[in-house]
Amino acid sequence: MTQQGITHNTASLQEASAKDKRWSKLKKYWYLVTLIVPAITIGSVLMAVQTGYGQWLWALAVVFWVVIPIVDFVFDEDPYNPTDEEQAQLLENSSYYKNILYAATVLQWVGLFAMTYAAVLGDFSWFNIVGAFLSVGAMHAVGLTMSHELGHKLNDKTQVIFAQVCSAVSGYAHFNIEHNKGHHKDVATPDDPASSRMGENIYKFAIRELPGAAKRGWTLEAERLKRQGRSVFSLHNELIQTSLITVAGYGAMVLLFGVEALPFLLLTAAYGWFQLTMANYIEHYGLMRQVGENGRFERCQPKHSWNTNFKASNLLTLHLQRHSDHHAHPTRPYQLLRDYADAPSLPQGYPAMMGMSLIPNAWRRIMDHRVVEWAEGDMTRVNMDPAHKDELFAKYHRAAEVAVDTSDSEGKAAAA
Amino acid sequence: MSFRKYCCITCDTVYDEATGWPDEGIAPGTRWEDIPDDWTCPECSASKSDFYLMDA
Repeated sequence: MTQQGITHNTASLQEASAKDKRWSKLKKYWYLVTLIVPAITIGSVLMAVQTGYGQWLWALAVVFWVVIPIVDFVFDEDPYNPTDEEQAQLLENSSYYKNILYAATVLQWVGLFAMTYAAVLGDFSWFNIVGAFLSVGAMHAVGLTMSHELGHKLNDKTQVIFAQVCSAVSGYAHFNIEHNKGHHKDVATPDDPASSRMGENIYKFAIRELPGAAKRGWTLEAERLKRQGRSVFSLHNELIQTSLITVAGYGAMVLLFGVEALPFLLLTAAYGWFQLTMANYIEHYGLMRQVGENGRFERCQPKHSWNTNFKASNLLTLHLQRHSDHHAHPTRPYQLLRDYADAPSLPQGYPAMMGMSLIPNAWRRIMDHRVVEWAEGDMTRVNMDPAHKDELFAKYHRAAEVAVDTSDSEGKAAAA
Repeated sequence: MSFRKYCCITCDTVYDEATGWPDEGIAPGTRWEDIPDDWTCPECSASKSDFYLMDA
């Protein structure tokens, strides 16, 4: 390389590094997007009521499904990982990051009240009620991401309480218990209802995941209470506590807006759960931890999660997309999560991939070959849907070839 | 000094110093402080620092 070329490359690297530094400083304020999500819901109701244009009720759904994937495409990936020094600083300012989530939790409830009012008492067409339904679903998706973040901070009572209040917005009472004590233990194994299998489409996965997670959550909480010598049907049961918050909130809306509020609330809640199902579907599709000589699954490693690192969706999901680091450090706050360059990665951000998952053929076309490459052609290492096992083995398994290739190259190396 | 128990804050897995974790190559009687800092929870892979001391 010429001297001129080296100087040019050094200048480009310095420029990139300066850009990263600027982004790291700005990122602190961009996290406020978590507040903007319910604020859009509230604002869109105000606009719809003021102007009479019910199309406003579509606003958040359009932001989630259209704007964020486009912004991801335009602004690309987020290369920035905090240095050790910056991590210490981010931890020092952790109250700022927590307060965003506390305020957003309150706004989530206000957003749900506002949208339910518009859907029930506003004079809007069925088409725009569908927009309200999809917007609340998108808000629930972000709410459950917030609840996920808060619910992992089990050494901080305030965060745990806000996690419950946040899960209660969409009535997903078992989420925090089930996710921590169930999913984090069984992740990327056939035993986990929240890890999808290769060949399993999103709808089949939802039928397995939704009841499976609810059952596991209840069982784990019952076991915890039994160890403490308490009844499962007591106020110590976190699932019952969270459900009571939901009943109080939804009950208040039924009293204020009429019984018509109830189907809207229940349907939007169910759709919110399905949005979480979509996130679960894409996070570990087909990846499997192997069983060691001791008969136990190997530890969860960075290679057992699908990551993606696009800027806008990273902010929207509180870095949930840096999923490998999350599983390695479940209590690490969102502002500290790091990208692993060698972890399995998705071609787009979570919202775009969630949308893609709704079209099973497109999903499999994009993802199946990635899983096969991850397993290096050895389909015994893949978490597969038993109904598709034979078909997938016949189509993709090439472990024998891999073994031959390896022994050939070893032989050549020895001869050389 | 009596043996202590440590619990993983994420998944509730308990490490008992009295029984150790022979599967993991940790002999019975191994004190918590003698377990390497990069050791992780065998169940959920959380860091050693994510374990808390349980009440006796």
